[in-house]
Amino acid sequence: MLRYIEPHAHMVSRTTDDYEKLALAGCAAVCEPAFWAGFDRSSAQGFYDYFRQITEYEPRRAARFGIRHYCWLCINPKEAEDPGLARDVIALIPEFLQRNNVLGIGEIGLNKNSRNELRILEEHIQLAVEHDQLILVHTPHLEDKMKGTRLILDALKNHSSIDPGRVIIDHVEEHTIRMVMDEGFWAGMTLYPESKCSPHRAIDMLEVHGCERIWMNSACDWGVSDPLAVPRTMLEMRRRGYDDGWIRKVTLENPARFMGQSPRFKLDGLD
Amino acid sequence: MGAKLSHLPPESRVSLVDLGFMDARFKLTEVAAFLDRVQRHGQDDDFRVERLKGALALLQSGQSGRARAVLEHFSDPTTEPIERAPIQGALGAWPGPPAARQG
Repeated sequence: MLRYIEPHAHMVSRTTDDYEKLALAGCAAVCEPAFWAGFDRSSAQGFYDYFRQITEYEPRRAARFGIRHYCWLCINPKEAEDPGLARDVIALIPEFLQRNNVLGIGEIGLNKNSRNELRILEEHIQLAVEHDQLILVHTPHLEDKMKGTRLILDALKNHSSIDPGRVIIDHVEEHTIRMVMDEGFWAGMTLYPESKCSPHRAIDMLEVHGCERIWMNSACDWGVSDPLAVPRTMLEMRRRGYDDGWIRKVTLENPARFMGQSPRFKLDGLD
Repeated sequence: MGAKLSHLPPESRVSLVDLGFMDARFKLTEVAAFLDRVQRHGQDDDFRVERLKGALALLQSGQSGRARAVLEHFSDPTTEPIERAPIQGALGAWPGPPAARQG
């Protein structure tokens, strides 16, 4: 069985059974960006507890199944329309950045492409630069994705200290992948049942745009989603004639290469 | 002939038609049935249905890049941030500028 990395999963929303399923499918590490809980939190204290959960509790839950757990910190764009709350949360983040499983700032980005969301995105970018952190970016949903991806790219390019090789822009689809890769950023493809991208479309994008600076993830969360979407796509790659070397590159080596830019990311058995 | 691809797996002899035709046939029939359903119930003037019908025309292109064209067809083409987020979710299709929506 091939080992792989799940580079984007919201495990706080999943049952312990899901950790077992991931382990049985060959998952070696799971990475959890901070996100929206399905409802708006009423204070920064709620985020403080959430950051404790993904830096203290989830790593222990994953370790029971031999899976390494890493995370990213931020206030997500859906809750960034209130700049006061967002700034209170951003002020909490430095305290957590030295924890053993924190890889960087994410998933920051835009949701409805509003001015407040954009301001908070820029403040997160500045925070990442000041603390020399990797960045994981969420791009908006559905009709808002194309415009939002352009605005995000502009915000990143406008910052003189951003190295595109240290930023992954997630949830790309056929209409946004080229603009992300052409600017030198990493791209993430999200395998979601009703939106974003299917296994076959993800493999199509690999064929058209190449296998460098790209990963795939399930982004499984509290909604309709599939924590085994990556191994299902690995199976589809096999059915389409890809050998283990190609599959391993996209699902293990690439995420390890990107996240390995953080000194905290360690994975046993990587050649 | 499709576009020249430089990233295909080596020595691939898999029939992609065998692998994908039934799934594509199933999904296309679902779209047809959806259009029949909303028409039967008098809901086919919804802007999302109109966008969907417009996207179907793009499938007739002989050029590759149909998936990209469909996604762009549903997208907000504007470039400036909006003042405030009116909702947190997304509808799946851009409804047009606010003035057009009121009109």
